[in-house]
Amino acid sequence: MGTPSDKKLINENGLRLDGRGDEELRPIKITTDVLERADGSAFMEWGGNKILVAVYGPREAYPKHTQDIEKSVIKARYNMAAFSVDERKRPGPDRRSTEISKVISEALSAAVLVEQFPRTQIDVFIEVVQADAGTRIASLTAASVALASAGIPMRDMVVGCSAGKVEDRIVLDLSKDEDNFGQADLPMAVLSKDKQVVLAQMDGDLSKEEFGKATEMIIKATDRIADIQRKALSEKYKIENLPEPESGGE
Amino acid sequence: MFPGEDIEPGDLKPRNGLHRDPDGKYTSQYFGVIQKGDEYIDIVPFSGSYFPRRGDKVIGKIMDVGPSMWTVDIKSPYMTMLHMNDTPWRTISGDLKKFLTSGDYIYARVMNVNEIKESWITLKEPGIGLRKLEGGHIMSIPAPKVPRIIGKNGSMVNMVKDATFTRIVIGQNGLIWIDGLPENVIVASEAIGLIETEAHATGLTDRITEYLKSKKGEINGNTQ
Repeated sequence: MGTPSDKKLINENGLRLDGRGDEELRPIKITTDVLERADGSAFMEWGGNKILVAVYGPREAYPKHTQDIEKSVIKARYNMAAFSVDERKRPGPDRRSTEISKVISEALSAAVLVEQFPRTQIDVFIEVVQADAGTRIASLTAASVALASAGIPMRDMVVGCSAGKVEDRIVLDLSKDEDNFGQADLPMAVLSKDKQVVLAQMDGDLSKEEFGKATEMIIKATDRIADIQRKALSEKYKIENLPEPESGGE
Repeated sequence: MFPGEDIEPGDLKPRNGLHRDPDGKYTSQYFGVIQKGDEYIDIVPFSGSYFPRRGDKVIGKIMDVGPSMWTVDIKSPYMTMLHMNDTPWRTISGDLKKFLTSGDYIYARVMNVNEIKESWITLKEPGIGLRKLEGGHIMSIPAPKVPRIIGKNGSMVNMVKDATFTRIVIGQNGLIWIDGLPENVIVASEAIGLIETEAHATGLTDRITEYLKSKKGEINGNTQ
């Protein structure tokens, strides 16, 4: 962050390294139910990020002292593959992934109706297969899709996006180089409908105005991402001619 | 419907799968389909686990035998309990293995569920077929799809039963017991699998009728 570099991050036409404008997202693709044995799963490709999420539960929480008599505990585990980054990452949990697991668990707990199933845990396993900046918000976005496909009750979907400051300009969805050589990075996640912020972290410095502008950009972008989430979910249930639900049941 | 999507119940009473905001607005809790009845409005999720509700008839597997209770797995996040006094047999404490041991399946009714989701089931209610399930095969489907398998007033399951000459018991928790000649059981379980995968589509009854007709050759009409 803020590393002095002679690398030009924004060209004379105002376009970024990968040819995007200031408020343009990288391409996002989500596939649901990719894993047979998980209760719900999702695979996400967000620019160069490739992330696999598996959801198990709710199931009785073990070890027993982690049980909460009033609500369910969400245990998210964010893990990066050794080959996910340029230089081999030493496998296993480290400070960074422990922190990200914690903030993701907290963000998801805000969306899931945890009080419906006391004494249980919901496991969310996040494997970053390929990393390219913004993995925590991409993981979170994919995790909420996986939770929905696992049939877990939620008050809303969680959508994440990042913004940052590159060459004194506020831009949306930083790429790897912009993240490494830019001036600031602001990942943020909101509940998609009422835009309550459930995760906000910042690396680098932003002035009050810049922060406001970045937040506004993110919030605007979350609508687009939420659309992609919904499309991904309904994809599996598309049957030739519109699956109109039959009324009545039992 | 997607989680968080707004719902206007209108004159209908919101029932399952709807979340009420503090300001009184309703949203969907699940990713599923909306179902409007004459009186109620429900969101039926596509997947999810079973949560015991009082009065449900479920199929459970005995997991553990205690001095006065059995611990039963009903495919829910929580184990449920069957007390020895809630069985039709004259049980003596400490000798429960004689009646049911681990691995046995039972068809029981949920008697009680408390605030922390502990639940008790009973076998002691005459006239509704509660019993130990002997023989047969067990198959498992997601609990939210059970109403579809049963159909209106049991039409769907009866159709499968009649066409395949099998005995079928369906638990609200998504476990299904099928008994009959092996080849018939295979056809019946395939039919149920078909209902499960297409549970949310229209014209299901016709497709199942068609399927059962096509399998007629494989069915052994020898009723037991």
